[in-house]
Amino acid sequence: MIEIEAAHSFGDFRLEARIEAHGGTLALCGASGAGKTTLLMIVAGLLRPTSGRVAVDGTLFLDTANGVDLAPRRRAIGYVFQEPRLFPHLSVEQNLRYGQRFAPLARRFVDFDAVTSLLGLGALLARRPDGLSGGEKQRVAIGRALLVSPRLLLLDEPLAALDDARRFEILDYIEKMRAAFAIPILFVSHRVSEVERLASDIAVLDRGRLVEMRRAGAPAAR
Amino acid sequence: MEQGFGGWVGFSPAEWAAIGLSLKVATIGSLASLPLGIAMAWLFARRQFPGKLLLYGLVHLPLVLPPVVTGWLLLIAFGQRGIFGRALESCCGIVFSFRWTGAALAAAVMGFPLMVRTIRLSIEAVDARLEQAGESLGAPPLAVFFTVTLPLALPSVIAGLILGFARAIGEFGATITFVANIPGETQTIATAIYGYTQEPGAETSVVRLTLVAIAIAFGALVASEFLAARVSARVAET
Repeated sequence: MIEIEAAHSFGDFRLEARIEAHGGTLALCGASGAGKTTLLMIVAGLLRPTSGRVAVDGTLFLDTANGVDLAPRRRAIGYVFQEPRLFPHLSVEQNLRYGQRFAPLARRFVDFDAVTSLLGLGALLARRPDGLSGGEKQRVAIGRALLVSPRLLLLDEPLAALDDARRFEILDYIEKMRAAFAIPILFVSHRVSEVERLASDIAVLDRGRLVEMRRAGAPAAR
Repeated sequence: MEQGFGGWVGFSPAEWAAIGLSLKVATIGSLASLPLGIAMAWLFARRQFPGKLLLYGLVHLPLVLPPVVTGWLLLIAFGQRGIFGRALESCCGIVFSFRWTGAALAAAVMGFPLMVRTIRLSIEAVDARLEQAGESLGAPPLAVFFTVTLPLALPSVIAGLILGFARAIGEFGATITFVANIPGETQTIATAIYGYTQEPGAETSVVRLTLVAIAIAFGALVASEFLAARVSARVAET
């Protein structure tokens, strides 16, 4: 269960949305400037909204009315950004293990070997990020986010920078990963094909407002 | 003074003492101020706080003030009767006035602005999105700094250290005002050269020490440029 309620404004932009989804995979759609990334950053705790409330599976991350605002590291969220954002001074293995050590042992449920074999990273472990292809980098970024043992995985257009072949390959990996670890996913996309294939719930944003909320497979309102 | 070939090449004990003291004062002064320099650079690069401009001005003041003014201020604050001077002597037994420690303090203060500036620029060049990624992966702020920011800025941190060191080797005005020019205790290459220029027939000493000063300063600048080029190549990769 993902509950997000947020009001935020900067400059001319105003975000005001309330979204609820029952686990599974929630897709956030909308044109650029609709506020999708802003919403992800609010969920991750990287941006504090003017007011809002965020809860995932009963754990309250943020409740501005009651002074609750967990630091990003206490939210246990795996965030895959639009760009891979791999640490250039660390090897692939060190990148993958970066978040793992900050996760308390009792909470860890994602195994390093399981992730590397699932995402096909075994042969890349000793390499540096700058020598990897775009698809490889994004797989490492997904693996790194997974190894946080997250309560929720945030994917911000992780396929946007890839060509079609790579995109389908990563989609396969995301599906495998979802089946293997059963982690709820919140992902941003403006591609109908991705959304239809991955999402169980779909939220459509337009200029900071929620204009549509539906189960996947149900006909679009417009 | 001996004027044969040996006289040109051989350093006198007083010259050796000045060279040794310069290296010691500059090394200790720049190394001891490095942690504070990194902290200041990070504050200036990444944080907004009230009084930031004032602190920035204060740190950079030695760069633009006449060094003799800085030396006199050090004398007032850290001399035997200064507030800090007395406090440090009674609490930790550290005495600055007319000691080599005072020369190191003067060197550190004078080199500090250059050090902070170099390190601040390199921290600003570190992609803040990588720090955000570290934060999202559960790293506390201090861990983000030590595992992401500092390693990526490291070559420039070393370059800043070397620049601070080179500035410290060249330090003259603040040093001679604060701790005078005592051979074997506070006499550095710069103050020794000044002394020899006032002394008839000591030109060979002046030339020898001048060459040493040029060699040290040049070596430090080359090392600093080399490291700065390395960091910009590294930042370009990301």
